[in-house]
Amino acid sequence: MATVNSIYGLFPGPHAAERGMNALRAAGVAPDKIVVMSPEPFEEYGFAQADRPKWMPWLAPLGGLVGGVCGFSLAWYTQTAYSQITGGMPIVAPWPTAIIVYELTMLGAILTTVLTLLIGSRLPNWKPKLYDPEVSHGKILIGVLDPSAAARADLENRLRGAGAGEVKVTSSSAAD
Amino acid sequence: MAQKTPEQISDDLLRPLSGVSARYLAAMACLLAIVIAAAFAFGWQVYNGLGVSGLRSPVYWGFYITNFVFWIGLSHAGTLISAILRLANATWRRPVTRCAEVITVFALLIGATFPIVHLGRPWLAFWLAPYPSERGIWPNFRSPLLWDFFAINTYLIGSVTFLLLPMIPDFALIRDRSSGWKQKIYGAVALGWCGTPRQWHRLEKAMQIMAVAIIPVAVSVHSIVSWDFAMAIVPMWHSTIFAPYFVAGAIFSGIAALILAMALLRKFLHLEEYLLPIHFENLGKLLLVMSLLWVYFVFAERLTTWYGNETSEMAVFWLTQTGSYSPLFWTMVTCNFLIPFPILAIKKLRTITGTAIASFTIVIGMWLERFLIIVPSLSHKYLPYSWGTYRPTWVEITITAGTFAAMGLLYMLFSKAAPIISIWELKWGRHEEPVHDPVLARRDEEAMA
Repeated sequence: MATVNSIYGLFPGPHAAERGMNALRAAGVAPDKIVVMSPEPFEEYGFAQADRPKWMPWLAPLGGLVGGVCGFSLAWYTQTAYSQITGGMPIVAPWPTAIIVYELTMLGAILTTVLTLLIGSRLPNWKPKLYDPEVSHGKILIGVLDPSAAARADLENRLRGAGAGEVKVTSSSAAD
Repeated sequence: MAQKTPEQISDDLLRPLSGVSARYLAAMACLLAIVIAAAFAFGWQVYNGLGVSGLRSPVYWGFYITNFVFWIGLSHAGTLISAILRLANATWRRPVTRCAEVITVFALLIGATFPIVHLGRPWLAFWLAPYPSERGIWPNFRSPLLWDFFAINTYLIGSVTFLLLPMIPDFALIRDRSSGWKQKIYGAVALGWCGTPRQWHRLEKAMQIMAVAIIPVAVSVHSIVSWDFAMAIVPMWHSTIFAPYFVAGAIFSGIAALILAMALLRKFLHLEEYLLPIHFENLGKLLLVMSLLWVYFVFAERLTTWYGNETSEMAVFWLTQTGSYSPLFWTMVTCNFLIPFPILAIKKLRTITGTAIASFTIVIGMWLERFLIIVPSLSHKYLPYSWGTYRPTWVEITITAGTFAAMGLLYMLFSKAAPIISIWELKWGRHEEPVHDPVLARRDEEAMA
């Protein structure tokens, strides 16, 4: 028996996609079941409002702090491990150490940002559950993951009614 | 451009990626020949030793360190300018940023090779890396050369990620529009990008954070490069003005390189509808400001030296003003100020051709500036009996030419591997604010009911 994995509509523009999203909400589809994909960001529209990464700007300084501590440890350990004769000057030279700490602080912040982007965006994910290359041709995908078989016809009608140029159903075969 | 559909934009900007013309191949062959000649010259130097270069006592820093400073300075074209424009939310930046970021990455790569080219035993370059050797000796953190290692590598990592992150959606676009091996390669580098709102929000936030982080890194890189000189008690080097002077010079040469690259891309990749006169006009104004700032720094530096009248500094001062290096000095002033100033200040002359000519002279002038900072000071240090001169040999000249060819070569290869203008950002910039349509609103209400 074929199991419906997803049903989605490909919308020609953001206004139609907005209507498609509203139609799915009106049908009582849980927000976490609704999938949206677009060729570019549409932040001005309601359909493209996902959870905002409020925590990202906080992780970058945290990564910077870790980088800075690593930089200080490296410079401090290095200078004390091989103490040069400094003629009464401090063994751990503050100004050069500050430069190394600064650079590694920034490196820590940059690498943390990249990591949080990849983890937060769930990348890499070479086999996504749902995707249609038409998105790269300018279409906006609004769909539902794992809809109930009973709701399929209703969802299809609602997506079409909202202005979807095409409605597609993906399914996989399963043993009865 | 206003009439272009998103599909047409994709088609236009992906067109350079398919097929190569005879003109493209001929240009590649010329550049490759120069790069091979430079590789041969470097091989010759490695085999025979640094004696084949013009580096002699007292001038041990010549063309190689000039190139190092020049290319690191040029790298400020991209990431720094792009980050500033991003943070300022300058809408006209969208077609410009990637052209600029690519310059940064390649210029940094080229610049970072020069300390190695300059080494007598380049195979020992790994000694620069901070690791404990068998003798328990670590690199000396008090040396500005080691600060370079950290600063340049941080900037390089930051710039590469700053370039690559916004390329992921464009890689996904190419993946979906190609087939076979091409689809596999672009599919792998697209990392499975789907364009969900979650992904877009995070990418945008990441780019904002990166823009904030990369600006102080860029400033620190060229400050540290300047401290390679300013930390030494050498006439005309030991100056507090050096760090801001170098940073301003770097941004100056960076913008000039960006305008030149844009003018060439516009012509040869037929991007006339994307790289518009307004982009050259705006960058030209920025270049004008930097030209004035540069001349201000030069004047401030020279005036302070002249007023101090310190014997060893005055020896270098007069060497560049009226002595053997004066032709280069006045050429530099002509290239960096006298030619570009009127071109950039007069609106009628601030055209694409005008800004490109000004940029070309500035790139030459800024290379000369780097040379004039390094060589005259080293050739006329404190004790007159140690004074000397410097003449570059064919090895240094060939390697220098090779770096310019390498830049062109890498840029041409990049333009065939990825869109040189960020497609999704360009489309995004064309969005209108959502309009309130009463008919649509009624339909939505009905749907909700």
